[in-house]
Amino acid sequence: MALKPLLGDDNFVTTRLDQVIGWARKFSIFPYPFVTACCGMEYMSLSSSHYDLDRFGAAFPRFTPRQADMLFVVGTISHKIAPLLKRVYEQMCEPKWVVAFGVCTCTGGFYDNYATVQGIDTIVPVDVYIPGCPPRPETVIQGVMMLQEKIANGKQDW
Amino acid sequence: MTPDNDNKTLIALAEKFGESVIESKIDRGDAVAVIAPGAVHDIIAWLRDQHDFKMLADLCGVDYLPREPRFEVVYQLHAMGRGERIRLRVQLGGKAPEVATISDLYPVADWLERETWDMFGIVFDGHPNLKRILMYEPFEGHPLRRDYPIERRQPLIGPRN
Repeated sequence: MALKPLLGDDNFVTTRLDQVIGWARKFSIFPYPFVTACCGMEYMSLSSSHYDLDRFGAAFPRFTPRQADMLFVVGTISHKIAPLLKRVYEQMCEPKWVVAFGVCTCTGGFYDNYATVQGIDTIVPVDVYIPGCPPRPETVIQGVMMLQEKIANGKQDW
Repeated sequence: MTPDNDNKTLIALAEKFGESVIESKIDRGDAVAVIAPGAVHDIIAWLRDQHDFKMLADLCGVDYLPREPRFEVVYQLHAMGRGERIRLRVQLGGKAPEVATISDLYPVADWLERETWDMFGIVFDGHPNLKRILMYEPFEGHPLRRDYPIERRQPLIGPRN
């Protein structure tokens, strides 16, 4: 039985391969929540049905870094836990992105002391910084949308 | 020294230990005694066994730089039966402050003394496992000492910042 074209004669689109892969990837983000401190409460709020992170395809946390492609670093990182964060990052498969959630992960926040890493970008590369103590879910959603934009417009490896 | 108040525990403490009790007073409603470093173990054992102070509520260090003796270890004891509390302070001087452990009297003192060692570098003589509890092993110095530079960073990985 021959298949009938559904859209008449115009059922094709032209695009670049990078763009179509980016379009697919930006709606298929699997986050790994690296939650260490009070920002975790706001992360729970973000993950709940009210804010519905599933709209961005980023709702399903993977609790192994090997299945994740977005590292959500949520909360203060001390020098003691820093080697573990780097190890989790190194276990993730490419392509991977890192989101610094909250001001402690961006700069160390008000923990300007002997124990705290002064920004996780001294350890791992960061794609999106979300400031706030803690950030509102709307701020995080904006950060996720900026990451989607970055994913969609970037050069894709496949 | 005989206390100038009518707290029964402080009076009994002064009678029993005499010169080892350097000062005793009521500070904002709490019984406080400053005791000699050499008598810490005996006094706390006596308070635990004879005066029902079965609970060590807290043990911590204080740094009073530039005062000499510079350090203090503060013990907060609690008598569960009658709800009485007493605070014992021990003044320690010098570059290597040292005091006897009480982890054989109160098992909870084990980790509290490790924390005080980690943060202030006060040695607890006779402690079974005196090593860092909060900071990592390669960490140098004791960060809550007042002469620890506030800007000093000792990262395990990453650049020094």
